[in-house]
Amino acid sequence: MGKVKGKSGPLARRPDNSAFKQQRLPAWSPMLTATTVLPFFYLMALICMLLGVWLLLTVQSTQEIKLDYTEAGTCDMCFEKRKNVSNAAQICTCTVVFPIKKALKGDVFFYYGLQNFHQNLRRYMDSRDDAQMVGRKTNLKNPSSYCEPFMKDPNGLPIAPCGAVANSIFNDTFTLTYHGSSGPSIPVPLLRKGITWYTDKNVKYRNPKNDNMTLAQVFEGTARPLYWQKPVYELDLLDPTNNGFINDDLIIWMREAAFPNFKKLYGVLYRAKQPFTKGLPAGNYTINISYNFPVQYFRGRKEVVLTTLTWFGGQNHFLPIAYLVTSCLILLIAIILTVVWWKFGKNGKRLEE
Amino acid sequence: MTWRSPLALVRDALRGQRAREKDLRNLASNLPYEGLERAKQPNCYFPGNAIKTTKYTLLLFIPMNLFEQFHRLANIYFVGLAILNFVPVVSAFQPEVALIPICVVLSLTALKDASEDFRRYQSDRKLNNTPCLIYSRKEQQFIKRHWKDVRVGDFVKVVCNEIVPADLLLLHTSDPSGVCHIETSNLDGEINLKQRKMMSGVCISDPEFEPESFNSAVVCEKPNNNLNHFKCYVEKPNKEKVGAGIESLLLRGCTVRNTDHAVGFVVYAGHETKAMLNNKGPRYKRSKLERKLNTDVIFCVILLFTMCLIGALGHFLWLQALPGVPPYLVPDGNGHLDSPSLSGFYMFFTMIILLQILIPISLYVSIELVKIGQIFFITNDIDLHDEGTDSRVQCKALNITEDLGQIEYIFSDKTGTLTENKMVFRRCSIMGTEYAHKENAIRLAVLDVPESEEEVIFNQQPRPPRIGWSLDTEDSNPEDTRHHHDNRRKSKVTGNAQSDAAFSSLLEAVVIPDRTLLQQISRAESSSSSRNIDPHLDFFLGLAICNTVVVSVATAQRQRVSGVSRSDQTSNPLDTLSSLVKKSGSRQHFFTSWQHKPKKNRTISEDSVEEEDHVKPPVKIEGSGETNKLHTCSLHAPSQCDKSAMTPDNLSYEAESPDEAALVYAAKAYGFTLLARTPDSVTVRLPSGEDLVFQVLDTLTFDYNRKRMSVLVRHPITKEYVLYTKGADHAIMELLATPYAEHLSGKQKNIAADTQYHLDGYAKEGLRTLCFTKKVVSDKAYESWSVNRQRALAAIDNREELVMDTAVQLETDLSLLGATGIEDRLQESVPETIMALREAGIQVWVLTGDKTETAVNIGYACRLLEEEDLVINMSCGNKFAFTSMLDCTLEEVRRFSEDPRNVDTTQNISLVIDGHTLTLALSSDLQKRFVDLAKRCRTVLCCRVTPLQKSRVVTVVREKLNVMTLAVGDGANDVSMIQAADVGIGISGQEGMQAVMASDFAISRFKHLKKLLLVHGHWCYTRLASMIIYFFYKNVAYVNLLFWHQFLCGFSGTAMIDYWLMIFFNLFFTSVPPIMFGIMDKDVSAEMLLGVPELYRTGQGTGEYTFKTFWISMLDAFYQSLVCFFIPYLAYQDSDIDVFTFGTPLNTISFFTILLHLSIEIKAWTVVHWVIMLGSVALYFIVTLAYSAICVTCNPPSNPYWILQRQMADPMFYLLCIITTVVALLPRYMFHVLRNSIAPSPLVKARHLDRLDPSTRDQCMKMWRSFRGIAQVKPSRLSTPPSPTLETPVDIHPHSPTTFDIMWDERHH
Repeated sequence: MGKVKGKSGPLARRPDNSAFKQQRLPAWSPMLTATTVLPFFYLMALICMLLGVWLLLTVQSTQEIKLDYTEAGTCDMCFEKRKNVSNAAQICTCTVVFPIKKALKGDVFFYYGLQNFHQNLRRYMDSRDDAQMVGRKTNLKNPSSYCEPFMKDPNGLPIAPCGAVANSIFNDTFTLTYHGSSGPSIPVPLLRKGITWYTDKNVKYRNPKNDNMTLAQVFEGTARPLYWQKPVYELDLLDPTNNGFINDDLIIWMREAAFPNFKKLYGVLYRAKQPFTKGLPAGNYTINISYNFPVQYFRGRKEVVLTTLTWFGGQNHFLPIAYLVTSCLILLIAIILTVVWWKFGKNGKRLEE
Repeated sequence: MTWRSPLALVRDALRGQRAREKDLRNLASNLPYEGLERAKQPNCYFPGNAIKTTKYTLLLFIPMNLFEQFHRLANIYFVGLAILNFVPVVSAFQPEVALIPICVVLSLTALKDASEDFRRYQSDRKLNNTPCLIYSRKEQQFIKRHWKDVRVGDFVKVVCNEIVPADLLLLHTSDPSGVCHIETSNLDGEINLKQRKMMSGVCISDPEFEPESFNSAVVCEKPNNNLNHFKCYVEKPNKEKVGAGIESLLLRGCTVRNTDHAVGFVVYAGHETKAMLNNKGPRYKRSKLERKLNTDVIFCVILLFTMCLIGALGHFLWLQALPGVPPYLVPDGNGHLDSPSLSGFYMFFTMIILLQILIPISLYVSIELVKIGQIFFITNDIDLHDEGTDSRVQCKALNITEDLGQIEYIFSDKTGTLTENKMVFRRCSIMGTEYAHKENAIRLAVLDVPESEEEVIFNQQPRPPRIGWSLDTEDSNPEDTRHHHDNRRKSKVTGNAQSDAAFSSLLEAVVIPDRTLLQQISRAESSSSSRNIDPHLDFFLGLAICNTVVVSVATAQRQRVSGVSRSDQTSNPLDTLSSLVKKSGSRQHFFTSWQHKPKKNRTISEDSVEEEDHVKPPVKIEGSGETNKLHTCSLHAPSQCDKSAMTPDNLSYEAESPDEAALVYAAKAYGFTLLARTPDSVTVRLPSGEDLVFQVLDTLTFDYNRKRMSVLVRHPITKEYVLYTKGADHAIMELLATPYAEHLSGKQKNIAADTQYHLDGYAKEGLRTLCFTKKVVSDKAYESWSVNRQRALAAIDNREELVMDTAVQLETDLSLLGATGIEDRLQESVPETIMALREAGIQVWVLTGDKTETAVNIGYACRLLEEEDLVINMSCGNKFAFTSMLDCTLEEVRRFSEDPRNVDTTQNISLVIDGHTLTLALSSDLQKRFVDLAKRCRTVLCCRVTPLQKSRVVTVVREKLNVMTLAVGDGANDVSMIQAADVGIGISGQEGMQAVMASDFAISRFKHLKKLLLVHGHWCYTRLASMIIYFFYKNVAYVNLLFWHQFLCGFSGTAMIDYWLMIFFNLFFTSVPPIMFGIMDKDVSAEMLLGVPELYRTGQGTGEYTFKTFWISMLDAFYQSLVCFFIPYLAYQDSDIDVFTFGTPLNTISFFTILLHLSIEIKAWTVVHWVIMLGSVALYFIVTLAYSAICVTCNPPSNPYWILQRQMADPMFYLLCIITTVVALLPRYMFHVLRNSIAPSPLVKARHLDRLDPSTRDQCMKMWRSFRGIAQVKPSRLSTPPSPTLETPVDIHPHSPTTFDIMWDERHH
């Protein structure tokens, strides 16, 4: 007798007496009562408060200058001109003067901004061919049907780059000039290259492989987008690494903005030379605009933004304020809970009623 | 194969169809036609024995499976959406990608179906290829073939321990008495052997069976699934008809035992066999929660449509407000722009596609998975495992686990459910004299007290001398003894498992005879010259003969005793040896345990000494003993003692109904030992040691209409035809007559009256009563009757009625011998279970076929009724009286409960109603009032109800009160009730498996109900309810992100999250945690739930998953999605962020919010929780990062390339993640904290107690219960219940209803 009762024994169908099968696994069961969560609430309030203050101080040190040039300065003339579609081909340039009262220190970023421009419309967003932009030759000559109706021009030639996004590229150009309190006007040097995501420039956008062919030859047999003044291979004739599909402006435009009011990077202040080594000095500035992009069809506005950045992005007061408000809210709740704790659950007796 | 015209094929098919549909089938032997082509054979229309349970074929799998799957509405919805996506004007995503979800769901389900089907195919193939023996005319012998080759009309030979391949009409067995034993455990789980008789005189069977001589036609009924019923007759060439029933049918799936071989004629094969017809798949019921869920899904649909309408309208208005045609408005291929209204119309459909996951399709799949997990845990619960039968709880219905947590009414059967259905002989009355069997009562009373005492009492047995040689094993295993101490049931297992006898536990087998009765018997034996004269002897003969008990020798081989002469098994020394080892093994436990408790032993033995003041020595041995042999020897014929080859000790009795076995054991205790039973004879050993062989002429089996059974035997000495009848008292008493002894008529009447008086007394004690009668049938009467009987047996129409009529014809003019009282002991922990269930707010009703008195008594015993309860006894003959009675009672009860004096008491009202009155109460016009009354009663006891009434009661209560009902029962008579209730529970007990087969859950003990409901029911319900609510929340919270974005993109249907990531989000990242939550979360520990049954109430009624909780979680979802969308939006406003770079942190934030929301809801974190939660987070980042790194142009319009990588390098991302999740979860967190602190629910309190250390917790638990219990204890202190008005119109005492009550009642009105 006294044999070991194995699985083949008389109780073969008896379930295993393991903690898992018997649902007796050791468990941590936190109780959400005022008593247990109070420290956590105070801690959270403190953390949020500190973060909020820190962020606020950081944001305070940034500077941003926004300039709506839609109808500002001499641009009202151009604005009127662009109202009429028949004048689309005519060149219009205008100038806006603005002062910078306090120097922008550090890296200064030059953005152009558009309001009410819905780059995030589904049909608009879809109207592009990434495969074409990544340099696949078949797609170059045979763009995706998503590009309709900007797939082929009236002559039946495939459009490169195809689609509504590329077609509607923002084509105003800017030159910024600094008028110091003393001395001559100095054009502000802007870096217009290397402003894209590294991966975009090097992976997502490639020109079709050209075996010793010029870019123009590669793109032969394609048409430029309807609204464009020049073909894609002439976007930057000086720099082959900024021409064709890998043109920085094109790449930046092709990254569709999330909201109808957005800005896009135009350039970064080149700080190698005086007086811009420390940023943009205070003084008067003029901005020369080649005014091409019509905005009246969508009641849009165009603007130029000059800003410095912080470690967590541009000048953004929302986040620090949100942190501070949240911190106050948590603190308030914590105080309420303290009262509750005081009145109800101070010694846990209530639970044993 | 010869070519046959299609017309002939069609004709044959039609003919075959007709042949199969006919009510009667004409079958003939296949042998004369052997070798002919199939179409020419007489039985060709009936299917072969090959079975095919697979649903699909290899070729047609895909279309059939798809067809099957599209029966689900959800899948159609899915496909509809996918198709919608192929319409260019409305497509929201790439059409090909939109197919992914539906493909995944369909293929997963198809894969599951395919694997299941393949398993079925494999088992089919295995079964079909099992070898068997079929007679072949060519070979002139049985040749080895496969199961699949068996056809209707074949002769199949089955040897011992083989499984029967098809339903066989038994024609020949190796046993000279023409008996074959089968074990039907494969079929119905009953482990006792059943006897099957061969059909005699149908074909030549001596000495060797000749199948070729079989030239009769077999006419049988259309196949049905009734395992206990079969009608057939064999028509011989000379037109003589011989009838046969189930007793000659070997069912497919049974195992042949104890019979060397048997030959049968195949009547049904393959799918037409009874076993296959009974083989239904799992049952599908829809749970209450699921029904509720479906209404919420409809709310979701409404919500979806509202949101889509908003989108469509918004798009229309936005387009209208545009001053011109901006460059971002893309015209179609022809450069044409749709009108705003048309675009708005299209946008509606686009929105449906975009927001589709608002309808939680994956919820259904998840619920199924969760239920599989829950069932896994239920079936693996060791507490629900019964060691006596080694059976776990079985879940037959796979999708109503959560209903277990919402039960409000339990309807229970009594016999076998509340009680053991292990009958113990308690007392008897013979010829009007009562024999109280006090010693036996004491023995049983001692057994009732906890287990240690039970062992002690067995220690009083004098150690039989032969045990000595097994001494060496005795002390070897002290641990085993301790083990034995732990569990009393287990001791029975180890002791009895080997004996394999169904009903021979020590408890039943041992009866201590009554001293006076013993003396009476010995006096009768010695005095009476002819034994039959003394009714005492007749009584015991009746006890031993009038039954269907099968005798077997208790050895491992289950050898059957088929005749005295053939008892060679016992002479096999090896067998005796092994059986003795086993016996001594079981005794060893008692012996060792005795050494642990000498003190207790002492006291008890003293007691018994006191009781047995002047007992003479032989009886004393008997009083303690197990060995009847000793008794018979000592009392009468010591010289015969060693002569007997068959020791009665070795015998064990297997009966279909346990009270039969109890009676046989009782007879054995008095020396009337049933030694063997064959269909034709019964061997009984008399106290004198003489073996009498009675020839059995007929057995009139028990049925529910007659409520009695009879055995007609021929007495070997007097050569008289004697009919022994036993039955329920009311079924017997009216058949009594006194022509048998004219001069005794007065005395006989007295006997009847006295016996009736004793019977009533037994019933009040809660005993089951049976009357025994005898009738001597004259030769002439017998002859004429037997002709009738033969005719009735051969009939195929109305056979039952005819057979019953013949039985009734014979069962008249009986003379009463006496009556027995058998105790059906309560199962262990029944009172505790009922108390706990009641504390849990469940009303327990008992529906029983027993007498009112018996039922009321059991009611008190199991604390269904309490002493201080007000018991309303309703028993009424006519409807008018009952109506007024009901009204009156209802009025009183209402007044009683509204009476302010009764507010502080919890005096309970219980209702006892009998079957006849119940019929009135359930009539359509009184139903409402009755239910109203029953609602106010704590307990309702229905006595003498028929199976049909049981289901009526359940249906009426369920429908009128709209409550969740559970029915629990163990017998075939409970099947209808089990099926009528929301949850049917079968107890796999002594009465076969019919209840279990009809049930949703099968348990083995009533006490398991407590844990099944209170713990598993509660868990399953809370888990599933929380999971479902969470699922709704999750989908709404996530989809709304997309919806809010529409306000910023001109309602154009843009998704800012990559579509693949959206699919992954639902498919991988957030699917496992809620499933794990639904399977494993534990709000309160099992100990706590068992300790405080009140906690169960949380699930009753609507429970946690209500309209309110649903909408609160919806609101929360809206709030959270607003926060998750607008905080990032405001933070990124006016920046140069692009759509997908904005979507990625949104996705991440939403992911964290959803997971953290779940972790607020998770009540207990185990390792599994941690692994799955952290695993999900890891999976999210790994998969998203990998996807972002790989996918350059894989999903054209959207492009997640390198976005998350950049985001994770940006501190802004983390700042946003922190603040957004904090703000999103703050309200819920605070709500939980405040609710738990200010107004904690009982569950929260219980959780709090759970955290204390065990001893403190137990104390608190006791305090809690006593706090509730005060109210329950209080009324007992009050001397009189404050209900002066209630006493008159209704019966307060549970005495038997008399017409007086009712008459008074009528006058009252």
